[in-house]
Amino acid sequence: MAKSTAAKVKFTLPEAKLKLIFNHMVKSRVLEERLIRMYKQSDGYFWIGGPGEEAFAIPLGLQLKKGEGLDYDYLHLHYRAGGILTAMGAEPIGFIRQMKNVASDPFSGGRNFANHASIKKWNVLPITSTIETQYATAIGTGIAQTRKNCTGITIVNGGDAGTAEGEFASCLVWSSRPALPLPILMIAANNSFGISTPAATQHGEKNIADRAAPFGIKNRIINGNDVEESYYAVKEALDYVRTERKPYFLEVKVSRLYGHSSASGANFVAHEEDCLAKFEAQLIEAGVLSEKEAKETRENYTAEFLEMAKQVKVEPMPDPSTIYDNTYWQQKGKYF
Amino acid sequence: MANMAQAIRMALHYGEKNLGLEHVFGEDVGPPLGGVFTASQGIECAWNSPLDERGIVGAAIGLGLSGVRAVAEIQFCDYIYNTIDLLKLGGMMTWTSNGDWNCGVTIMTPVGAGIRGSIYHSHSFDAMMTHIPGWKIVMPSTPLDAYGLLLSCMKDPNPTMFLKPKALLRVEGEEQIPGEPPLTPEGKKELRERIDAPLGDRSKWKPKWPNLIDASIPFSQAKITRSGSHVTVVTYGRHVLISNQVADEVRRDHGIEVEVIDLRTLWPYDWATVSGSIRKTKRVIFVNEDTEVTNFGEHLYRRAIEEFFYELEARPRLLAGAFVPGIGLADPLEAASVPQASDISRAIVEITAERA
Repeated sequence: MAKSTAAKVKFTLPEAKLKLIFNHMVKSRVLEERLIRMYKQSDGYFWIGGPGEEAFAIPLGLQLKKGEGLDYDYLHLHYRAGGILTAMGAEPIGFIRQMKNVASDPFSGGRNFANHASIKKWNVLPITSTIETQYATAIGTGIAQTRKNCTGITIVNGGDAGTAEGEFASCLVWSSRPALPLPILMIAANNSFGISTPAATQHGEKNIADRAAPFGIKNRIINGNDVEESYYAVKEALDYVRTERKPYFLEVKVSRLYGHSSASGANFVAHEEDCLAKFEAQLIEAGVLSEKEAKETRENYTAEFLEMAKQVKVEPMPDPSTIYDNTYWQQKGKYF
Repeated sequence: MANMAQAIRMALHYGEKNLGLEHVFGEDVGPPLGGVFTASQGIECAWNSPLDERGIVGAAIGLGLSGVRAVAEIQFCDYIYNTIDLLKLGGMMTWTSNGDWNCGVTIMTPVGAGIRGSIYHSHSFDAMMTHIPGWKIVMPSTPLDAYGLLLSCMKDPNPTMFLKPKALLRVEGEEQIPGEPPLTPEGKKELRERIDAPLGDRSKWKPKWPNLIDASIPFSQAKITRSGSHVTVVTYGRHVLISNQVADEVRRDHGIEVEVIDLRTLWPYDWATVSGSIRKTKRVIFVNEDTEVTNFGEHLYRRAIEEFFYELEARPRLLAGAFVPGIGLADPLEAASVPQASDISRAIVEITAERA
C-alpha cells in the first residue's frame, strides 16, 4: 500500500465504526487488486472496477436499507460499485467467480464482465456496461416507491462522463416533477475522466451538481476521498430522501487509482490521492489503529482472496447448452 | 362492435381492476386526452409523463423490475427509436442475471402506415423489435385479439411489446368482446355512450364500464383467418384484413384458395401453424409493411427455405415496405411504399401459376 503521512485528524465517528470502515476499505481494495491480478494472469478477459472510490463507497454501503422489495433501497449502480456491495456484505468470491466467468458466477453465470453484479435479494439491479441507462430505470423504482407508507428509496450512481447522456437529464426532470416528486438519491462519482478524455475538455459546467439546482433538487459537492465527510454527507442525503420523499443530488470527487479499466493497463496511478492510504495514516496518527493491525488486515485479505482465486480457477465453465436459458423468466433451453 | 381503441381501453380497465395494473403512462396518456388515439381514456391509473421516450421506457423497466405492473405508451413508434438500448436492456435483465431478475412490463405503441401520417407517423417497428431478444411481441388485427393479447401482456412476467396497427384503431370488430354490449347498432351506441369521453369539458366525466371478463389469448398462437389449400399467406396487423379481402377476391375471380395466417404473436411465433400450412399448400408468401431489408419476414422466409426447400413447389415471396427512409405523404408515395391489395393479389396469382 502507498504510504501517506497525515496531520492528526479529530475523528467524530465512533472508533468501532472507523475500524469497520477501514476494514471494508481494505477488503474492497484488495479484492479489486486480486481481480486485476487475475486479468493480468489471463484468469479473466477484462477488468473494470472502482479502486479509489472506497472512502465514499463504504460509508454509502453501510448506511443503506438492505433487503428485497419496495420497503428497501433499490440500487441502480454502475461498474465501480464493488465497495458499496462489499460494505453491504457481498461475498468476495462472487466477484472472483465473475472475473473468471465460471458457471458459479452468482451475478450472471459467466455471462458478464467483472464488477457487473446483480443481487435481487438486496434490490441490486443488474449492472450494465452502459454508463447512463441506470438513471432511466431509477425513475421506475422511484415511482414504485411513492406508494403510501413505502419507506425504501432509490439510489442511482454513475460517473461524470455518464452525465452527458440523456438519461441523466431524464432523471433530473422526472424525479423533480411537481406532479410526483421521486425519492431518488442521484450520485455522480466525479473522477474527472471519461475513459481517457479529461472531463474539463468536454464539460463547460463548473460543477455537475449545478445542473440539479434549476430543478429545485437539493445538492451537494463532497470530497469522496474523505471518509467522514462522505459518511455524514451520505447520511444527510439518505435521511433527506427517506423523510422528504424528494430527490437529492450528490457530486462526489473521487480518484481513479487503476485507470479506466484493463484496456488502459490497470496500473496504479501514483499521482492521484489514495483515500485508503490517507485514511490508514490518519487512523494510525489518531491512535485508532496500529501499523501492525493495518498490515495484518491487508495481508489476511490478500491471502484469503488468493486462496479463493485458486479455488475458482478450477471451477467449471458454463455449459454451452445453457445459452438460451433465462431468455425468458424461468425458461430453459431453446424455445423457438 | 368495439373498435380496437375501445378494446385496448377495456383491456386496460380490466387490468387495473383485476390484474394489478397500477400505472398507465406516457405522453398525453392521462386525462384530459387519454392518448392520441383515445386508447387510455377513462383509465383511473393513467397519467401524463414528460415528452421523454427514454424516460418513459426507463421508468417502465424500473417499474417492471420492482414488480409493479405498468403499461407505458410511446405515442408513435417513430419516436421509440431513441430508446433502442433501453429496450435491449429490458430484454436482457433475466438473461444477464441468469434468472435472478424478471421484468414484467408492457410497452405499447402505434405502428404502420395507412393514415397518411407522413415521415414521422407511419413507421413500422416489427423488424427492429424482433431483433431484440427477451421480449414477447404481439400485433393484433382485430379488437377481440387486441383485448385478449393485451390481457396476456399484462399477466406476463417478461417484458412485452404491444404493437398497435394504427390504421385499425378505429375499425370495428366482428367478434364480441366478452361483456361488451351486443354487436348491433344499438349496442355500438351504448358502448360509445358508456366509454367514449365527450367532447369539451371532461373533468366530471366518468366511464360506465361494461362487465368485462378475462378473454386472454395465449402468446404464440397464430390464427388461420382464411382456409385454403393452394397458397399460404403469413401476415399480421392491418395486412391481415387486406389479405383476407384479397383471399376472398382471388377465390371468387380465379378459384385460388388462399390460407391466411394471422401471426398475432411475432415473437415467440407459432411456427407449428405456419409450417403446417406450408406443408399443405407448398407455396408461401410473407406480407408485412416494414422495410424489406432485414425484415422479419426475411427470417420466416429463410426458415421456410431451410425446412421446406425440397417440398416447396414455388419460390416463396416476401411483400414488404420499400427500403426508403420514410413513408411519403402523398397518396401515390404511400401506396408505393407499403404493400397494397393489388401487390398481394398479383403475387398470389403468380405463385400459384408457378410450377417447381
